[in-house]
Amino acid sequence: MINLFAYNIPFISIFLLMISAVITPLIPDKNRIPEKLSCFVIGFIAVLSAYLLYVLTASGQTLSFNFPMGHFPAPWGNELRAGPLEAILALVFCIAMLLSLLGNFSSTEEDIAPKRRNIFCVLVNLLTASLLALTYTNDLFTAYVFIEINTIAACAIVAVKEGPETTRAALRYLVMSLVGSGLVMIAICLLYDLTGHLLMQNMHRAILVLVSTKSYLMPLTVSLALITTGLAIKSALYPFASWLPDAHGSSTNASSAILSGLVLKGHIFTIIKIFYRVFGLEVIHLLRMDTAIFILGLTAMIMGSVHALRQVNVKRMIAWSSVAQVGYIFLGVGLNTTAGIAAACLHIIVHACVKPMLFTAAGGLSNAAGHKKGLHALMGTFYVNHWAGLGLAAGAFSMMGIPGFAGFASKLSLTLASFDSPVIVWSLSALAASSVLNALYYVPAVIVVLTHNKDAHKNFTAPAPTRLYKISMAIFIALNFYLGLFCVPLLRLITRGVNVSL
Amino acid sequence: MLEKLLLNHYEAAAVILSGIGLTNLLLQRNLIKKIIGLNIMDTAVYLFLAAKGYVEGRAAPILIENGSGGWLTSSSLYVNPVPAGLVLTGIVVSVSVTAFALALTLKLYEHYGTLNIDEALLKMTHEQEVLEEKITKAEEEVLA
Repeated sequence: MINLFAYNIPFISIFLLMISAVITPLIPDKNRIPEKLSCFVIGFIAVLSAYLLYVLTASGQTLSFNFPMGHFPAPWGNELRAGPLEAILALVFCIAMLLSLLGNFSSTEEDIAPKRRNIFCVLVNLLTASLLALTYTNDLFTAYVFIEINTIAACAIVAVKEGPETTRAALRYLVMSLVGSGLVMIAICLLYDLTGHLLMQNMHRAILVLVSTKSYLMPLTVSLALITTGLAIKSALYPFASWLPDAHGSSTNASSAILSGLVLKGHIFTIIKIFYRVFGLEVIHLLRMDTAIFILGLTAMIMGSVHALRQVNVKRMIAWSSVAQVGYIFLGVGLNTTAGIAAACLHIIVHACVKPMLFTAAGGLSNAAGHKKGLHALMGTFYVNHWAGLGLAAGAFSMMGIPGFAGFASKLSLTLASFDSPVIVWSLSALAASSVLNALYYVPAVIVVLTHNKDAHKNFTAPAPTRLYKISMAIFIALNFYLGLFCVPLLRLITRGVNVSL
Repeated sequence: MLEKLLLNHYEAAAVILSGIGLTNLLLQRNLIKKIIGLNIMDTAVYLFLAAKGYVEGRAAPILIENGSGGWLTSSSLYVNPVPAGLVLTGIVVSVSVTAFALALTLKLYEHYGTLNIDEALLKMTHEQEVLEEKITKAEEEVLA
C-alpha cells in the first residue's frame, strides 16, 4: 500500500512551487537569496519525487494512484494521477532544472539586471510547477490551464534578459504558442462536447463507446488533429519550429537550457497522455494519427539537423539540434506500440539531461571567448574552460549516439522498438541518416573547441569557471554516462510505468 | 446542409469567429491587430462553450427554494455549470496572456518605433550589421 505522505507528494510538489513563486518576489535580493531558495525548493521536490518513485516500485509490484483534488469523487472532481513514469519524469525535470540553474548561476548574474532577478525566480518556479502539473494531471482542462501558465512563464524567461533581440524572440514565441494553445482549447471544448467528461479515463471510456458505434468519428478526428497540431507547435515539431532557434538562441544560458531541455518535454508528455490515456492505441491507429506523427517525426529528424548544419552561432546550432531530437521522440510516439512510447519517454529523459548540459557548456565556452557566440570564435576555448569543453564533447557524442553516452541508449531502444513495426525500414534509415547529420555538425564544433589557438585572448583574460559551474558540469557528465551505461533497468522501469499509467 | 447550419447557428458563428481570429493572429503584421485576433479566437471558444452548456427551459445552476423552506435539488432543473466554469477560467487565462503580449509589444515599440513585426526585424538586422561592421573595424585597428 502507498503511505499517506507519498500519496500527497504530487500535490505537495506543485503546491510548494506555487508558494515559492509567490514568496520569492517578497524576499530582499541580498546575496541572491531568492534564487538560492528556488534552487532549494526544486532540489527538495527532486528528493520527494525520488521517494515517490521508490514507494511506487519498491514492493516489486508497479503501483499507481489517482489523487482527487479537494476530495470530490471521480466524474466531478479534478484529479492528479501518479505512477512510476510520472515520478521518474518529475525527478528528471527537477534535477535538470536545478543543474541548469546552478551551472549558469554566474551567467544569470551577468545577463539579468539585479531588479529583475526576483522575477526570474518567480518564472522558474512557475515553469517547474506547470511542468509537474502537466506531468501529473489527469484532467484535460487543468492541462490546458497549466499549458498557458507554461507559455507565459516560458516566453517571459526569454524576455527577462533585456534587449530588443530577446523581446522580438519572445513575441514571436508568444504568438506561435498562442496559436497552439488556441487550437488546444478549441479541441478540448470539442472533446468535452463529444464525451461529456474532462477526466482522462472517463473520456477514454466515452470515446471507446463512440468508436464502437462508429458515431461522431469525423469530429473525433478533427479534435484529435487540432489538439495534436496545437501541442506540436508548442513542442517545436519540425514544420512548426521556426520560433525555436530565435527564442532559445537569444535568451540567457539558463533560460535556453530550461526551454530546450524541459519546456518542450512537458508538452510532448501531454501529447503522449492524450494519445494513449484519452484515445488509446487502437483509436489513434484507427484515426491514422500515428502515421501523421511518424511522418512529421521523420521529417523533423532530418530537417532539424539540416538547419543546424547551416548555423554559425553555436547556441542556434544546439537549438536546431533540439528540433531534430524532438523528431526522435515523435518517431517513438508514432510507432504506436508500448515499446515505442517507452523509447520515446527514455529519449525525453535523455534529452532533458543532455541538452541543458550542451547549453551550459556552450555558455561557458562563449564566456571563455569573450562573449562571442560564433563557432569560429570558440577556437581553443577548451584550454580556457576544461569543464565546458568536456561538457560539449560529452553532449555532442551523446547526440551522435556513440555507445556509452546517453543518446546511444535512447537511439538503441528506438531501433529495437521499430522492429515490431511495419515501418521499420523508414525508421531505421531515418535514425541512421540523422545520426550521420548530427555528427556532421557536432564533430566540427568539438574539433574547433579542441584546436589550439595562439592568437586568441591576447587582449582579453577569460574568467575562470566557478566551482558551482564545475560541480554541475561534473554531475551532468556523470548523468550522461549513467544513462548511457545503465539504461536497461531504467527502460524496464519506464515500460512498467507506461503499462500502468497509460 | 443549410438546415443543420441554422439548427446549430451558435456553433456555426463560433467556427466563423474563430476562423477570423486565427487568420488575424497568423497573418496580420501589426502586433496590436494580432492580439485582437487572439481575443476574437478566445471569444469564439466562449460562445461555443456557452452554447453547449445552455439547455432551453432550465435555470442557472444556483439552487432555487421550493417554497416550504427547502431547495429544489433535481439536476434536471438546472443547466450544466461546468461550461460556465470553463469559460471563466478561459477568460482569466486570456486576460493574462493579452496583458503579457501587450507589455512585450510596448517594449518592442519603445525600441524600434514600429508595431509591425517585419519592420522591427528589418531594423534589427540592420542594427546587427552596423554593430558587426564596428567590431570588424575595431579588430582591424587593434591588429594594425
